Amino acid sequence: MAKVIVVTSGKGGVGKTTSSAAIGTGLAMSGAKTVIIDFDIGLRNLDLIMGCERRVVYDLINVINGEANLQQALVKDKRISDLFIMPASQTRNKDALTKEGVEKVIHDLKADGFEYIICDSPAGIEQGAMMALYFADEAVVTTNPEVSSVRDSDRITGMLSSKSYRSEQQLTPVKVHLLITRYCPERVEKEEMLSIDDIDDLLGIDLLGVIPESQDVLNASNLGEPVILNQDCDAGKAYQDAVDRLMGIERDLRFVTYEKKGFLSRIFGG
Amino acid sequence: MGLLQYFRQEKPKKGSAKLAKDRLQIIVAHEHSSAAKPAYLPEMQKEIVAVIRKYMEISSNDVKCEFTDKGDEDMSVLEVNVALPKQHTPY
Repeated sequence: MAKVIVVTSGKGGVGKTTSSAAIGTGLAMSGAKTVIIDFDIGLRNLDLIMGCERRVVYDLINVINGEANLQQALVKDKRISDLFIMPASQTRNKDALTKEGVEKVIHDLKADGFEYIICDSPAGIEQGAMMALYFADEAVVTTNPEVSSVRDSDRITGMLSSKSYRSEQQLTPVKVHLLITRYCPERVEKEEMLSIDDIDDLLGIDLLGVIPESQDVLNASNLGEPVILNQDCDAGKAYQDAVDRLMGIERDLRFVTYEKKGFLSRIFGG
Repeated sequence: MGLLQYFRQEKPKKGSAKLAKDRLQIIVAHEHSSAAKPAYLPEMQKEIVAVIRKYMEISSNDVKCEFTDKGDEDMSVLEVNVALPKQHTPY
């Protein structure tokens, strides 16, 4: 049974596209045919993060308007065989996304055998964001341990439970997961940053994963390689854990506690 | 202060995370309660005041409209409370 998963947040710049790229890539690595759709019409960026920007010919709006078919618009990933990207249009505006159009694209992707359809939402709560979440079966709410991000995550969680197809049709509600990104255990230890428990208390959403603040994320985007492909770094491992949990495999939380440097390692380095 | 006291002293926690959480708790609770109310409520309240004013002198503060969502039960309650000035009490 195909699953539509929206990666959303309300607030911008918290890591939606980075997380969409990592999660989509991780799911495809498990052998499931996966597509990541960029819903950020006019400000597409998923292609850059995935490193396929030079191979984009047609886009989501072309498909909705019947100017191209699915196969023409899907960009096949060169590293993972079951992974595809559906780019957003860079020239149209967000109103080009119609409910009927998006519904047809998702329907056709399912018919084409896609098991996971990842919808990378734009920031905000306007047309693009609402269309990205409307057909979702599950949602990954990306949140930074910071006041404005937490507030916006709460708001978008409300939208998921009132403005989605599942809510309107009174089906089983969208399954909402919390993904905390840019987490800094050292600052949490110093009580300078909201902790996992604080965010959990405030939002009351099931925790899918915690991605530590990491220089490797910027490196990965510089290279156009989803950070999950770098399994030597903490952020890559943390994303892999999150993907495993999304597929129902239990994984303990990692990289969430601050190890104070001991006396010896302070002297000798470690 | 003695040396022993210095080491025993608990370091004051200066972090701002606690304040962030407190502020968020208040704003999130507030937004939840206002999100449950229909958007037409203030407009409806104005219209109710206008209708009553056709017949008697009241101020807009005399009418209170409360909308409550009974989470567990399968209904919402609209409560309209009109406080009338004494001279209008029928006898």
